[in-house]
Amino acid sequence: MNDIIQLTRKDLASDQEVRWCPGCGDYAILKGVQSALATLNVPRENMVVISGIGCAARFPYYMNTYGFHTIHGRSPAVATGTKMANPDLHVWIVGGDGDMMSIGGNHLIHVLRRNVDLTVLLFNNRIYGLTKGQFSPTSGVGKKTKSSPMGSIDPAFEPISLALGAGATFAARTVDLWGKHLQATIKAAHEHKGTSFIEILQNCIIFNDGAFDPAVGKKVKSDKTVELVHGEPLIFGAERDKGVRIRKDLTLEVVTLGENGVTEDDLVVHNAHAELPGLAQLLATMEYPDMPVPVGIFRQVSRPTYEVGMDAQVTQAQAAHGGDKPSLTSLWNQGDTWDVAP
Amino acid sequence: MQTVESVVVRFAGDSGDGVQVTGTQFTNTAALVGNDIATLPDYPAEIRAPAGTLFGVSGFQIQFGATDIRTPGDISDALVAFNPAALKVNLSRLRKGGLILVNVDAFSSRNLTKAGWEHNPLEDDTLAAWQVVKVNMTRLTREALKESPLKTKDKDRAKNLFALGMVYFLYDRPLEHTVNWLNSKFAKLPNVAEANIKALKTGYYYAETAEIFRATYQVPEAPIAAGRYRNVTGNLTTAMGLVSAAQNAGLDLFLGSYPITPASDVLHNLASMRAHGVRTLQAEDEIAAVCAAIGASYAGQLGVCSTSGPGLALKGEAIGLALMVELPMVVVDVQRGGPSTGLPTKTEQSDFNIALFGRNGDSPLPVIAAKSPADCFDAAYEAARITIKYRTPVILMTDGYLANGSEPWKIPNEADLAPIESDFRTDPEGFQPYMRDEATLARPWVKPGTPGLEHRVGGLEKQHLTGNVSYDPMNHHRMCELRRDKVDLVRQEMPPLEVIGEQSGDVLVIGWGSTYGAIRSGVDAALADGVKVGAVHLRWINPLPPDLGEIIARFDKVLVPEMNLGQLIKVIRGEFLVDAKGLNKVQGMPLNVGEVKQAILDLQYGEA
Repeated sequence: MNDIIQLTRKDLASDQEVRWCPGCGDYAILKGVQSALATLNVPRENMVVISGIGCAARFPYYMNTYGFHTIHGRSPAVATGTKMANPDLHVWIVGGDGDMMSIGGNHLIHVLRRNVDLTVLLFNNRIYGLTKGQFSPTSGVGKKTKSSPMGSIDPAFEPISLALGAGATFAARTVDLWGKHLQATIKAAHEHKGTSFIEILQNCIIFNDGAFDPAVGKKVKSDKTVELVHGEPLIFGAERDKGVRIRKDLTLEVVTLGENGVTEDDLVVHNAHAELPGLAQLLATMEYPDMPVPVGIFRQVSRPTYEVGMDAQVTQAQAAHGGDKPSLTSLWNQGDTWDVAP
Repeated sequence: MQTVESVVVRFAGDSGDGVQVTGTQFTNTAALVGNDIATLPDYPAEIRAPAGTLFGVSGFQIQFGATDIRTPGDISDALVAFNPAALKVNLSRLRKGGLILVNVDAFSSRNLTKAGWEHNPLEDDTLAAWQVVKVNMTRLTREALKESPLKTKDKDRAKNLFALGMVYFLYDRPLEHTVNWLNSKFAKLPNVAEANIKALKTGYYYAETAEIFRATYQVPEAPIAAGRYRNVTGNLTTAMGLVSAAQNAGLDLFLGSYPITPASDVLHNLASMRAHGVRTLQAEDEIAAVCAAIGASYAGQLGVCSTSGPGLALKGEAIGLALMVELPMVVVDVQRGGPSTGLPTKTEQSDFNIALFGRNGDSPLPVIAAKSPADCFDAAYEAARITIKYRTPVILMTDGYLANGSEPWKIPNEADLAPIESDFRTDPEGFQPYMRDEATLARPWVKPGTPGLEHRVGGLEKQHLTGNVSYDPMNHHRMCELRRDKVDLVRQEMPPLEVIGEQSGDVLVIGWGSTYGAIRSGVDAALADGVKVGAVHLRWINPLPPDLGEIIARFDKVLVPEMNLGQLIKVIRGEFLVDAKGLNKVQGMPLNVGEVKQAILDLQYGEA
């Protein structure tokens, strides 16, 4: 289909009243996703948004596309079946850190391993919102919540690292309030063939307000985040004078350009297309406050997609039958048969 | 040569003795010569249990006959025992006076000790009540294969075919089928094929020449309805029934499955049917398997998942989702011994309760049960037809005995299968996601990709018609009733129940699932003893057939035989306020004909 699909953000907004808490980061994500999807040249009816359970998982109800609000943690499994059954559909999975990293962790790693062609939007607010404020698998040690009054002793998952470990062929990070960055990341994920994993740092205004502000807030983000651009050195800072260098023991350090003879040539150059995920994994270890938080695309490599592989087997099996299903009679008559005369 | 109506033979040995292969070959040959058959593979959960142990004994029982064979038989006429453990385990299930064919070479003092024999039973009067035929199977097989280039260890593996050859002679069977099978199976290993064929033939001629059997037997052809037949297991017919329904509905089939005994062959069989548009996902776990099936149904294919009890327990929440969003899905439960891991390789009917009640909320769904290996085809086809028509998941109950047992299946004509309409909604005019068909209460099935019908579904309660999320109390009450009423409407699909035996009188036997053969024969036996007994066998265990209550009222007493501690019986008592009695057995083995007959007599005349 060569016709340009003319959609606006409003075309993708359903008639349902949005019921997130006032000030929730999800509003900005919803707006960003609607804006980005409107520009993809995909007919609305071919879009499917599938979610699990949690605040983020209400997302499909607000999208004027096909939508399926499933059960806790299982959206990657449901989406796998949907995409395999109809590879023409454009499938988005939406879920929070509890849904994807905790109860649905198994399904997340396996959809990434299989490389089903769909996009996972992980809204990471590092807290359980809908159940009213317990620590999540991304909260980290020391987090005081109702279920951890003396501080959590649960170490945190680093979502990008987990995704890369599961074989993600596309892994990226963006921020709820960074509208343009968010939209650009979603478009890049859409263009990627395979499972695209996007971690969206999202503010929970009620139970974990400001969790990411020290790194991604308006005033500090230039100094506290670094944009990953394929083929470009890791430079950041309001003055663009800071960079990331790799030490001999394969750890990273922040250096200042022009100090102690440091030049751009000394910096790590991002290679999102590297065959092996080693560099991407190393970058995923960069965390606030010691290091700038990397945003953008960590990894993007080309691998066969699962649903195409399955369809190829069906096509191959049907080739011997003129590209169609054999008759049921032929199915039933396989193996040894015998006739009983009347 | 004596002519007999039916014979029960049991092969038994170590897991590595080739017992299942031997039994399957004997079965296929019996079917091909025109006998009716029923089989019972009975093997341990361990893949290669320690040799010579009692718990490692693998068995395969077949009843074949010139009459209508409904069960693998209560008790064997002949036992082929490859070692002392196999003899020990199976002796109690061998008819007094029956034949024991043993491999003497396996009766070493070590093996005797492992099997718990204090003295060699072949050398004292332990076996005086039976005809014992002692053969040096290992030595004679080696002797027969002395020219073969195979290693001794590999030659010894052919001793099961030597034994099979002897049994073929005993029952006047042709070797041709097994010879062809060996040639085809070992086409790339001609030495192996040749050795096995040589062992088979040597066994046959040895039995003939050495006159080792006091008598030989002929079992004539059974009066079987005309048609083309094929020997099938329940897991094969289940797969074929599902694929046939999908194809007739114009749908591709999607299976999500996680390997589990004894259901894995459903996955294996469907994975080999890609040409029929079958996509299989070997999922990361049971929950992913059912969820992917829901996702595929959502996208417009027939979503199916196959599992056994532990898997059904894990799938509960997702099955609830499927019935809440009112999408088609067939959940195949190949029951095994429970609870928990239970007895993975043994049969049981103890998932009745979880199938009917194992979900949160008011969440009824149709549950259908197969009654024989061949019948799994019809049950699977019907399960798929109903789930597509009524848009609610259907659970198909089979069990380990049906899954692995085999019998001849009359191959149907395509024209004889009920038509199935998938009936996707494409018209936006007047569309509402939760509008309903008057006759079935089904809501529209819309494939994503259909312009103008974009809508949202999900596990939160939905407003009637609009499908918007609704917390309205009266709406929830109404939606729960609608989902219940939809399942109850499946009653209109049920033909009148067939009452076997007396149509009214003393005792009504109500059964479901794989106990059909034993109940049918047990009822025949009790009728012959003068009890006015009738029997109904339930195809649907939820909802119950509309005429069941009226039939119950025609009898004085009700007996409910089940391979569980009493599950259907509670529903019968609750629905019909009748003082039904149970015949309950959870021993990993199918019900016996004799047990059913005795239970009928006990109920009628009081226990002896």
